[in-house]
Amino acid sequence: MSILVDEHSKVLVQGITGREGVVRTKLMTDYGTNVVAGVTPGKGGQEVHGIPVYDSVEEAAEKKGRIDISVIFVPAHLVKNSALEAMDAGVKLLVIVPDRVPIFDVLEIARFARQKQARFVGPNTLGLVSPGKAVLGMIGGRAERAREWFKQGPVGVSSRSGGMTSAISYYLTSAGLGQSTIVHVGGDAVIGLSHPEIMEMFEKDKQTRIVVMFGEIGTSQEERVADLIEQRKFTKPIVAYIGGKAAKSGTRFSHAGAIVEGSRGSYKTKVKRLRDAGVHVVDAVSDIPYKALEIYKLLGEQQ
Amino acid sequence: MARLYEYQSKLLLKEAGIRIPEGGVAFSPQEVRSIAEELGKPVVIKMQVWVTGRAGLGGIRFADTPQEAEAEATKILGMKVENYVVDRVIVEEKLSIKKEFFLGLVIDDASKSPLLVFSSIGGTGIEEIARHNPDKVGRYEVDVLKGLRDYEARNLVRKTGIIGKLILWLGDVLVKLYEVLKKYDARSAEINPLVLTEDNQIYAADCHMAVDDYAVFRHPELGIEVAREFDRPPTPLEKIAYKVEEKDYRGTFYFLQMKEDIADSDKTIGFNGAGGGGSMMSMDAVLNKGFELANYCDTSGNPAASKVYRAAKIILSQPNIKGYFASGSGVASQEQYHSARGLVKAFYEENLDIPAVIRLGGNFEEKAIEILSDCLNAVPGKVEGYGCDDSPEFCAQRMEELINENNVRSFKIRPLEKPVTPEKSYAFETFTGRIFIDHQKCADCSSKGCIQECQPRILKLKKGFPVLAISEEEAKKGKCTECLACEIFCKVNGRDAICIHLPIPGLKEYRDKILKK
Repeated sequence: MSILVDEHSKVLVQGITGREGVVRTKLMTDYGTNVVAGVTPGKGGQEVHGIPVYDSVEEAAEKKGRIDISVIFVPAHLVKNSALEAMDAGVKLLVIVPDRVPIFDVLEIARFARQKQARFVGPNTLGLVSPGKAVLGMIGGRAERAREWFKQGPVGVSSRSGGMTSAISYYLTSAGLGQSTIVHVGGDAVIGLSHPEIMEMFEKDKQTRIVVMFGEIGTSQEERVADLIEQRKFTKPIVAYIGGKAAKSGTRFSHAGAIVEGSRGSYKTKVKRLRDAGVHVVDAVSDIPYKALEIYKLLGEQQ
Repeated sequence: MARLYEYQSKLLLKEAGIRIPEGGVAFSPQEVRSIAEELGKPVVIKMQVWVTGRAGLGGIRFADTPQEAEAEATKILGMKVENYVVDRVIVEEKLSIKKEFFLGLVIDDASKSPLLVFSSIGGTGIEEIARHNPDKVGRYEVDVLKGLRDYEARNLVRKTGIIGKLILWLGDVLVKLYEVLKKYDARSAEINPLVLTEDNQIYAADCHMAVDDYAVFRHPELGIEVAREFDRPPTPLEKIAYKVEEKDYRGTFYFLQMKEDIADSDKTIGFNGAGGGGSMMSMDAVLNKGFELANYCDTSGNPAASKVYRAAKIILSQPNIKGYFASGSGVASQEQYHSARGLVKAFYEENLDIPAVIRLGGNFEEKAIEILSDCLNAVPGKVEGYGCDDSPEFCAQRMEELINENNVRSFKIRPLEKPVTPEKSYAFETFTGRIFIDHQKCADCSSKGCIQECQPRILKLKKGFPVLAISEEEAKKGKCTECLACEIFCKVNGRDAICIHLPIPGLKEYRDKILKK
């Protein structure tokens, strides 16, 4: 098991002929992701790494049957319509890689997704990987690195930082702990699937025994994870790190989501809420694998 | 969030049909006086800065005559408030207020909707008001696909205890406000207070609005200079950095100056992070060691080597830093040798004499570390490269040790010279710069390593000299990725025939100004 994607998921790449689209399609197919089609309007009939390109998502679905997932690599200002197009054609999961998508566009995508009962990861995401099964997006950069860094195992990873998603997973692998699914939820202020939604999926996933969460200041995601635990909707152990301890209020540090507005979303509130709910919040990222290993061993003894 | 001034926000409201007090913006006491004369009635003068509680700071003053207005204005203009110096005020007719309300919009990440907040009680501290009077404060999640309908707005107002005609009037303002906020991609907005005057008119007496950074490109009419979140005006160096970012879409370059005046005794370093999470984690590691940051910078998302170079040049325009610390997530998906080359070129040009700790873990980190160790032997400062298995804490520790070994020497910035290139160089334009190749020096070069080093393979040998293998136009359009490999190889191997000029507008003048001091 794993969440969101496995080797059977039928994947489409929107913007497949662009700079990133071409390179990351290679990563995905080399890794074993079941990429069945690509879309670039006006470039139907071409091929990218052997994958047929169509003019629209609807056409791709006509030719290839139901599409499970679309990975979007179009310029930020075109993201909204690409996402609506995919959902209109019946795609139920989107991975929106581009950075700098206007927030009102994201809100429209979210509202439309609600109507269509679709979900999305991102924007501003490196993507996700179910080790040994499939990669979506650009995480790992190259297939051989993705295979080396990420291994199958019991840890679910959910992170608001792309680089840290890879880093944490690699450190877990080095410590002998593989991963069920690794998700970079995206660094923006409003994103599709956020930490709490990912936690609910990890809760149901049998392979996932323990979760590592990389949080950051800003937004209400970590607080909502604490709510879930308190409501007994999430019962597996979590090891968490919250970035941005030293950040000043009112100033944005890189990620659009990483801003403290008033007392909301501050480092202190997040850590306190999580600790009160029983989450193992560590002070240094390098402590994550040790803590996870320690907890995992205890789980084994309890069985 | 690119913040707008009160007077700018109000003009947008007016355009949408919401009533605002008559008046305008003024930059001098004389201008204040003439606006007051034109209005011909008692006025209020309000400082235009992004802080809350302006009245308590003496930044809101009343005047009955134009003379008084001028006198009051002199008390406000030039005032220092937190990180701002007041350089402008708004002068408006004074309203006769019967009742005050609060109206706000936030983007709620949990419901993924614009959230309108209306309170039938005005005043500061809406959270506090809501706690004590939950029945007076209403919230409504707007469906962005259909917009805010008039009856939805009226229901929101009604539920806060408003009765009669007021429901209609306030509902109308809410609908107009939502439309203007959506039109201008507002990230947040607040009309506090929204007032009912003695003659039964609704006015926006104050308004603060911030535009989504990512949507600023849709609104050139707003004239936003630096679309970034600050709790103060951008510094001159930040403006220079922002121009670099604006003109080069390849990857991210985010630059925030944290300290402008650095003393010899300060334990302050230049900081170059990579990736939002990795940068913050690395920042925490150096701060825990007791360092101060001169700046916070993030070069990530697979930036061109030329972009990292410019970032380093900007970081090294801050006098008296004691070290250069670069560190990202540790396991980057991007090819790390691009960043290594960007740093090498900058360190070489600046003749770096302070230590640098560079943590470049990720794809091709071995090659990145090798570039750092092989190419900087001529530079006096000690530069150490680290990879994915070296923690930020360990690197922060090394930074401290190296700075101490260097006797806590302060970095002295140098004037920015335009590179000297022989007139007869072979030259071509790149996406953001120009490459010069001095063929005279190439004559007796046996390796011609620049050809092999060039990753995008755009150079070839013609009669034994390196020239473009593609058209000049293709090179300029981005086929030359500005990976800097040819120049660095040529320099390290002793020829020094290649010079890549990557201008940074405004930086020369900036350094000259600092050096004059």
